[in-house]
Amino acid sequence: MTTRARVLDALGSVHDPELDEPITELGFVTSCEVTFDGDVDIVLRLPTPQCAPNFAYLMAADARKAVRRLTAIRRVTVTLEDHYTGDEINAAVARGEGFTVAFPGETDDDDLDALRELFHRKALLARQSRLCEALLASGATAEEMCTSRVADLPDVPDARRCLELRRDLGIPREDASPAFVLPSGEPLAACNLERWLRTARLVRTGLEVNGGICRSLLQIRHGLAADPEEVPT
Amino acid sequence: MGFVGIHWRGIAEYIGGGPIDRWTEGVDMYERDGEKYFVVDGHVHFWDASPANWVPGQEQYAKGWIECFHAYMALGPEETHWPLEKFQKYSEEDFVKDVFQDGHVDAGIFQPTYLKEWYREGFNTLETNAKLVEKHPDRLIANGRWDPREGDAGLKQLEEDAKRHNLQGVKLYTAEWRDGSRGWSLKDPEAQVFLERCQELGIKNIHVHKGPTIWPLDKDAFDVADVDYCATNNPELNFIVEHVGLPRIEDFCFIATQEPNVYAGLAVVIGGLMHARPRFFSKVMGELLFWVGEDKMLFASDYAIWEPKWQVEGFVDWDYPDEEYSDYPAVTTATKKKILGLNAAELYGIEVPQELRLPAEAGTPAAREDAQLAGDAT
Repeated sequence: MTTRARVLDALGSVHDPELDEPITELGFVTSCEVTFDGDVDIVLRLPTPQCAPNFAYLMAADARKAVRRLTAIRRVTVTLEDHYTGDEINAAVARGEGFTVAFPGETDDDDLDALRELFHRKALLARQSRLCEALLASGATAEEMCTSRVADLPDVPDARRCLELRRDLGIPREDASPAFVLPSGEPLAACNLERWLRTARLVRTGLEVNGGICRSLLQIRHGLAADPEEVPT
Repeated sequence: MGFVGIHWRGIAEYIGGGPIDRWTEGVDMYERDGEKYFVVDGHVHFWDASPANWVPGQEQYAKGWIECFHAYMALGPEETHWPLEKFQKYSEEDFVKDVFQDGHVDAGIFQPTYLKEWYREGFNTLETNAKLVEKHPDRLIANGRWDPREGDAGLKQLEEDAKRHNLQGVKLYTAEWRDGSRGWSLKDPEAQVFLERCQELGIKNIHVHKGPTIWPLDKDAFDVADVDYCATNNPELNFIVEHVGLPRIEDFCFIATQEPNVYAGLAVVIGGLMHARPRFFSKVMGELLFWVGEDKMLFASDYAIWEPKWQVEGFVDWDYPDEEYSDYPAVTTATKKKILGLNAAELYGIEVPQELRLPAEAGTPAAREDAQLAGDAT
């Protein structure tokens, strides 16, 4: 694997905090250059210059963090382009400072952390439901859904992402842990499955629709080809 | 057929002897497959974002704001896109043609957006809108605004506006910055004072913008929980959540399920999705019909971001694309008539010609009980 491929791979682990989709798949990575000496220059872009600065900051900071973890990398520069608070965000990210420092007196990191946790919970619900619906469609019963374990989950992107989200939320994710959980970590009860799915579908629709609008606006802004209207992975 | 006159409560006293509306002559109701639709556009604008109106030193924000809106226009059909220059400032004739003549709109409701930090005379103010209402009193309604942080001066202004413009509604921006304050909440005690004053002044319809903001923000500007709180405390007022809380559509739906006086304003849902993302559009509509119900959804074009013509026509022709959507409530002609105009006409006391109303028993309300049950699961 080339260094650039490793960097791109690392960027693929960075998610839009609200949409819970990789920034690479959303088209937010404009360019990624790696010099022979291992200096990395990443340029990010968002659907509009007015996209929420807090989310913009999180993605830029996460991108830098993910790439700096790699071996054989020297300097990492992340630049958010064409954003109305780009200068403030870029400076704060480069110095490894928090969002609060980027906008002194205007923000509070605690709120941002709480928001991130809320998004994680929603993303977990949405992804679990997609997994669950696929399993039900292939013949599994409601009872089986509620008694299945993490080890029973198929090795697909949604399942892998669910486990990452459970890790971040502090919800057990051992092989013997329940495959489908409520926000409290408790297993789902079969009698609640239908209502749970109905709610989860709404949350999922919200995420997918927002992702759709973001993609469309990004395509318009940068003259990119339209993507097929499919459910994101 | 001439224009079928419409009137709303209390209007007669102030349109008496008003100008004859030369543009509305010869306008027909929108008719499709033998069905006639009465269209109320719940969200229209008449803005001036031209460079001449930019505040010196704030040009980049004034320019950025309107260019961001302009990008949204591109989510509609290509033949409806405008050049940026026209989009920055369009004429009264454009408005009348796009909304009334071509757009099938029988009554439009102005929602003001001031943004005076960036636009010298404001982006789209009650005063500007009222001038158009004067010329088309049987077709337009101007809503006002307030901000609880303005205190007594704000209350006084609201009273004056209410009297002068016969206000029935207001548009609120909870995420707006002001003098170092990073937005406000409908839960604030000061906001309750304004809500009570609204009630005294006969302002029943509280439109709340829940959507993207333009400043650095740590607070969750999309949070719709404050609507839940004040809807419970003010059961006589109607709360219309503009843009259905996007991107927090689920939070909005749970609230609307529980609060009988919370409505969905469809601006952006139709304009932003119906053409650009038709399958997602159908999903969102299906969810809204399930959770919120067809009696509490209001059509809105968000003109001039998008012209109403393609939105009205497309919505009348819309249905779920395939059996993947079979789980959602059915969409009937009655559903569309309610959403396109009858629901808003009810909220604003607009008298709908007899032939355009629904028989009393028409239309099955969406599955409210199911929604209640599902909502309990969260």
